[in-house]
Amino acid sequence: MSAIDKTFESLRSQGRKAFLPFVTAGDPNLEFTGKVLRELVARGASLCELGIPYSDLIADGPVIQASYTRVLDQKQKLADILAAAQTWTAELSAPIVSMVSYSIIHRQGLENYVARAKAAGIAGAIVPDLLVEESDAFSEICKREDFSLIQLVTPTTPRDRALQICETSTGFLYFVSVTGITGERTELPPEVVDQVGWLKERTELPVCIGFGISKPEHVKMLAPVADGLIVGSAIVRKIAEVEEKGEAAVLAEIGELVDALTAAMES
Amino acid sequence: MSDPISTVPDSSGRFGEFGGRYVPETLTRALDELAEEYAQAKQDPEFQSQLTNLLNTFVGRPSPLYFAERLTEHCGGAEIWLKREDTNHTGAHKINNTLGQALLTLRMGKKRVIAETGAGQHGVATATACARFGLECIVYMGAEDVRRQAPNVFSMKLLGAEVRPVESGSRTLRDAINEAMRDWMSSVETTHYIIGSVVGPHPFPLIVRDFQSVIGREARQQSLDSFGSLPDRVVACVGGGSNAAGMFYPFIDDSQVELLGVEAGGRSEQPGDHASPLTFGEHGILHGSYSYVMQDEDGQTCDVHSISAGLDYPGVGPEHSFWKDTGRVDYTYCQDAEAMAAFDVLARTEGILPALESSHAIAKAMESARELGAGKRLVVCLSGRGDKDSNEIARLKQEGY
Repeated sequence: MSAIDKTFESLRSQGRKAFLPFVTAGDPNLEFTGKVLRELVARGASLCELGIPYSDLIADGPVIQASYTRVLDQKQKLADILAAAQTWTAELSAPIVSMVSYSIIHRQGLENYVARAKAAGIAGAIVPDLLVEESDAFSEICKREDFSLIQLVTPTTPRDRALQICETSTGFLYFVSVTGITGERTELPPEVVDQVGWLKERTELPVCIGFGISKPEHVKMLAPVADGLIVGSAIVRKIAEVEEKGEAAVLAEIGELVDALTAAMES
Repeated sequence: MSDPISTVPDSSGRFGEFGGRYVPETLTRALDELAEEYAQAKQDPEFQSQLTNLLNTFVGRPSPLYFAERLTEHCGGAEIWLKREDTNHTGAHKINNTLGQALLTLRMGKKRVIAETGAGQHGVATATACARFGLECIVYMGAEDVRRQAPNVFSMKLLGAEVRPVESGSRTLRDAINEAMRDWMSSVETTHYIIGSVVGPHPFPLIVRDFQSVIGREARQQSLDSFGSLPDRVVACVGGGSNAAGMFYPFIDDSQVELLGVEAGGRSEQPGDHASPLTFGEHGILHGSYSYVMQDEDGQTCDVHSISAGLDYPGVGPEHSFWKDTGRVDYTYCQDAEAMAAFDVLARTEGILPALESSHAIAKAMESARELGAGKRLVVCLSGRGDKDSNEIARLKQEGY
């Protein structure tokens, strides 16, 4: 049982939903990422997604793309991120899961990535460019090492395929709310409620919804049907303003955003 | 006995260990549909005759196989024959693929097309095919390439396409592909992505190779007709590798024919100064497939350089990676200055302005001619015409080339 499994088990027993914020590792520096993570967990984050910057991402919109570019321009290396993550995971009460391109995992070697991430206290990986049919080798290593491999289902995924993905995903299932890239949306497609509801009747795996969520209205629409909600770009956008506004102001704004979203989740 | 080298990819898009599909789940259904549609079209005589008719009457195929007599004399060695893809409508081999994919777009009932372009040749060829069939066309192009290939940008606009400059990353072909993929993530249900090279997730490397194989099929037959035998060596430039894949594939099981792919050697062999992943790169993943790629120890794609926008790409098609590792094709690289020199020689000995991309192949063909010696024959894919490069060449010459 990975730390992620334990988190969802505990939330379920309390009848609560998970709040999963996403932050880019090292934006604008690793020290500030640590501060943001502490703030997020203090405000009730159940699990934090740590984005490992990648040069050629496809699934992300302009906000996360710009964030990754800021970090890569500073020549920050994976080793620096993992070293920092080790100090964060030692003190944070919520688990950290890496959001990482398969290009990076492959380059490290599959076993090696899992070993290094685990040594840093990271509980699993969301690999947005690893499809279920290409994931056998990595999935086997993750299962053996009790390292969660969170797979994704999207609105374009046929139903039988979605069930197949539920069977191989561990930790939770990442349900992508929109046919598109990450980034805040004014409105989210209402069909997602039925799509997730259909899946929830057929899998024991916790299902978390992400992409586009940035407002309490989104949370109110989706929270009843999901086990957790993922918020990325809305937080990363605030982090982008740190140079202009200062760390304290940005942390306060992130805190307010998280409070507003989590309050909508509990209501 | 092992299967002939031509029997790739398998049903999951693997060329040996290379290829496959490394993309977000959102794109899976569209890629499956495309693979299925293509498999049907391939067997459909009506589709094939429609495509052949277009290639003959709209593109002007077959393109000539031309004996470059004065270039041969200049080099003093093997005969150099040029496969004249520069004579195609729109001035390069790219139209072979875009017409095929535009027909697939119509079959799938999609009305909007997106494409990426480096040198602009694929963008122009896509805009042309879309105009011909009344499809909406958006072309993503790195901002640096918009600058250095301005004539093509204007042509695309004249053909009714929208050109979207890409300001992210290195502002070249690689970033244009990323941006096109991102568009496709949101538009996949109504839009077809006409990828311009033998790269990307399965089934693109297969489809583009097949549509470009008309080059090699013609060249093979024209060799038999012109000089009564297969050539001793076939040479083509490799960026993503579509003209080379199309040129080589019909010769791949003719083991007596040597195949030589020429990557962009840039300014030097230092990382960042060239675009030669098959020579200097690693096995890795870029733009949805497993292939040779220029990447650092973390797996981040490296910046690359070539004077030629069409070769300025850190990855290469998976089938080329397969051909390299099986030893069937030799890959070398040609530096910027050698390509510029070859451009001048071809212009002045034959009256042909080659594209800067094709000039890389010409340079290594000239070297090959001397190496093979008299009595041998070389066929070079002259993948495109150089008019688009005139301004850039003028600028480079002032810089000391």
